[in-house]
Amino acid sequence: MVGIVGYGSYVPRYSIKISTITDQWGENASTVENGLLLTEKTVPGRDEDSLTIAVQAAKYALQRAQIDPQKIGAVYIGSESHPYVVKPSGTILADALGIGPDVHTADFEFACKAGSEAMFVAYSHVKSGNMEYALGIGADTSQGAPGDALEYAASAGGSAFIFGTENVIADVIETHSYATDTADFWRREAEKYPRHGGRFTGDPAYFKHVLNSASIVMEKAKMKASDFAHAVFHMPNGRFPRKAGKTLGFTSEQMQQGLVVSLMGNTYSGSSITGFSAILDILKPGERALLVSFGSGAGSDSFIFEATDKIVDVQNKAPQIWDQLKSSRIYLTYGQYVAYRKKIQFNN
Amino acid sequence: MANSQRYTREIPHRFRLEAQKFEDGFVSLPNRYISPSGCKNFEKITLSGKGKILSYTIISTPSDQFKLIKPFPVAIIETEEGARLTAMITDTPFEKVKIGANVELVFRKIMEEGHSGIINYGYKAIVI
Amino acid sequence: MREVAIIGVGLTKFGELWDQNIRDMFAEAALKAMADAKVDKIDSLYVGAMSGGLYAYQEHLGSLMADYIGQAGVPAARVESACSSGAQAARMAYYEIASGASDIVLVGGVEKMWDVDDGTFVLATAADQEYEAYNGVTFPGLYAMMAQVYMQRYGLTREELAAVPIKSHKHAVHNPYAQYPFEIDLKAVLSAAPVADPLRLLDCSPITDGAAAIIMAPLEIAKNFTDKPVKIKGIGAATGPIALHDHKDLTRLDAVRLSAERAYKAAGASPSDISFVEVHDCFSIAEILVAEELGFFDYGTAGKAIAEGQATYGGKVVINPSGGLKAKGHPVGATGVAQLIEATLQLQGRAGKRQIENIKLGMTQNMGGSGGSSVVNILEAI
Repeated sequence: MVGIVGYGSYVPRYSIKISTITDQWGENASTVENGLLLTEKTVPGRDEDSLTIAVQAAKYALQRAQIDPQKIGAVYIGSESHPYVVKPSGTILADALGIGPDVHTADFEFACKAGSEAMFVAYSHVKSGNMEYALGIGADTSQGAPGDALEYAASAGGSAFIFGTENVIADVIETHSYATDTADFWRREAEKYPRHGGRFTGDPAYFKHVLNSASIVMEKAKMKASDFAHAVFHMPNGRFPRKAGKTLGFTSEQMQQGLVVSLMGNTYSGSSITGFSAILDILKPGERALLVSFGSGAGSDSFIFEATDKIVDVQNKAPQIWDQLKSSRIYLTYGQYVAYRKKIQFNN
Repeated sequence: MANSQRYTREIPHRFRLEAQKFEDGFVSLPNRYISPSGCKNFEKITLSGKGKILSYTIISTPSDQFKLIKPFPVAIIETEEGARLTAMITDTPFEKVKIGANVELVFRKIMEEGHSGIINYGYKAIVI
Repeated sequence: MREVAIIGVGLTKFGELWDQNIRDMFAEAALKAMADAKVDKIDSLYVGAMSGGLYAYQEHLGSLMADYIGQAGVPAARVESACSSGAQAARMAYYEIASGASDIVLVGGVEKMWDVDDGTFVLATAADQEYEAYNGVTFPGLYAMMAQVYMQRYGLTREELAAVPIKSHKHAVHNPYAQYPFEIDLKAVLSAAPVADPLRLLDCSPITDGAAAIIMAPLEIAKNFTDKPVKIKGIGAATGPIALHDHKDLTRLDAVRLSAERAYKAAGASPSDISFVEVHDCFSIAEILVAEELGFFDYGTAGKAIAEGQATYGGKVVINPSGGLKAKGHPVGATGVAQLIEATLQLQGRAGKRQIENIKLGMTQNMGGSGGSSVVNILEAI
């Protein structure tokens, strides 16, 4: 079967506490923390961007897959923060990882679901027999305007997944994608920060697409919530995925492992797939996991995976994501944060 | 500051640590046609990225292109294959930057050429 | 080969020369040297400059300077070897005269460093641009990495390191051309702004505008121009790796040792014959390392010896009576020529209050980069 042969996630070592941001804007920390169900978020170092994050995540995926990078036929990266507007991210990744030059690359953008999109296309290529292996990555250094609600969650990190047919650690059982044109969140050309429709991002956008996508994929696979060991839904905050999961019949125990948002924040294209990576870190042979992404604009990709016996061989071959989120964190002041994120104007 | 053509030329060395091991034992990260002592025979190797610090400093007065990240450590590193290179140290508390410390090279952004120029990537080291 | 002598010298004031451009400075020094040698016509011209292009947006300095010193038509070329450009230019002149091709050759060194905002970047082009400077290292950073190893290996203290610039400033007090002719104390060095740990601002040579020029001639006709020609008794030059990381030992400057060995051999001299030396103290640690490579002190001992007064008047060898690069100033391309001027003035007894008595031989040592090139001259009064 076609499935994942290697995966990896990376988050920068820097974080900012929600209370540091609320102090800056005169808001109450516990109100915001309880509203969003997160206490801190990751911040990229000054020498990091979505590509350096993607490279590290992909190196961890290669460490787990133990394959010759030259055998990878496609490199797809989804991000809302491609460092260049014009100039591919995929070529930088391929060259940094020793893949190609006989390789197909493409850069995806679909708000927060660009990462699962990259996975979807990588998976499809392998399934069709076009290539032996394909790499799909989602990575972001998410944008949020100072003082905007997004600033409490927009964070940095990414995950990479190599699809193949040999030594698969998690088979793809079923997929489904669901998309309609819904203007809940957007960023125009040359604008630094995204804008959003406030509460319009909820029911008509996030919940409509996530719930439809997840229900249909389970229906196609003839499965129900209790058939899964773990499930993860896109995490713009800690509240939305819990509500979506509960509506679909998932328990909080099934969702616990994937809720990396509490320490990571919303890593846009890297959000749900990094939660899924956390699940792969502990998934047992034969167990199933549901991955449901969401991208504003709007759409949702769903994947059903089932772990093989081989998963236990790779889980410890690279750093696990919860360990990264919990160890050697460097907390920034608000001043450092705005400088790191270039939210202040510098001379050229 | 490296313009795009100069930058592109060094990618195999900077992105993937492609190096040469000469028969006289010299290991070179930059491309060479001949080793410093005159050996022409070599095999191509890829450095593992693991090494140790031979010396270091904390730069407080960088050139303008690095002024926004000062102060930062820079080190001379000998890789486990015997290659010598100079790299910035990143993501490491200064007190852990010491002669003899073990490091691992990571792919990072080295500098940006202003708001509109190319982004220069390369290797930096983390003390492990 | 003919023997070669210096018959005239000329210097500008070293410092921030806001009113003079690169050709003004060069012409001032060159015309002073021609007046000193009492020549109004030269056969050939060499210009030592590290980076006319990046510092003053001016290349083709040979043509420009020949014209602006009233010698249009003479053969002229610029010589570049980073910070050792000046001594390399003099070396070219030495061989041109020794070979019999020219008699009266003007060697000028010049650098206009205050016309650019980011001089640190320009200096870093003397390092490996793609594999050192690209990764953020500066010149102070390179020498700081030598200092880290040296201090750890030999137990040199931060206070002992400070003795080098303190001595240089003391010497410069009596040099009317020096950029900083005043004394500094230990507290000032230790509290100066950090540049590249362990080096602080007062461990570093400054940014300097300035020019220096000498007239060289065959020794056989030198007495026609001056009563006291100074013979270049031996020249030695050598290269080392451009990148510091390629030095087998980070506390050794192989190019300096090789250039010294060659100069001693050419002059038939040894370190004990040298009464004073102008060394390339671009940073405090550099003076220590160079003093060892020149054979004045054993490896690992020069720092303590300098701190104990062995490198000043009355010591083993006077190092940098002019104030050195640190206090006299370091207009990069001019430095090697300025060192030869200090040696000439000392050997001719024209050094005023900084005059060294009973000189046997004098020496200069000019270095490029982090030891990528070095030129040593041994000089003798005739």
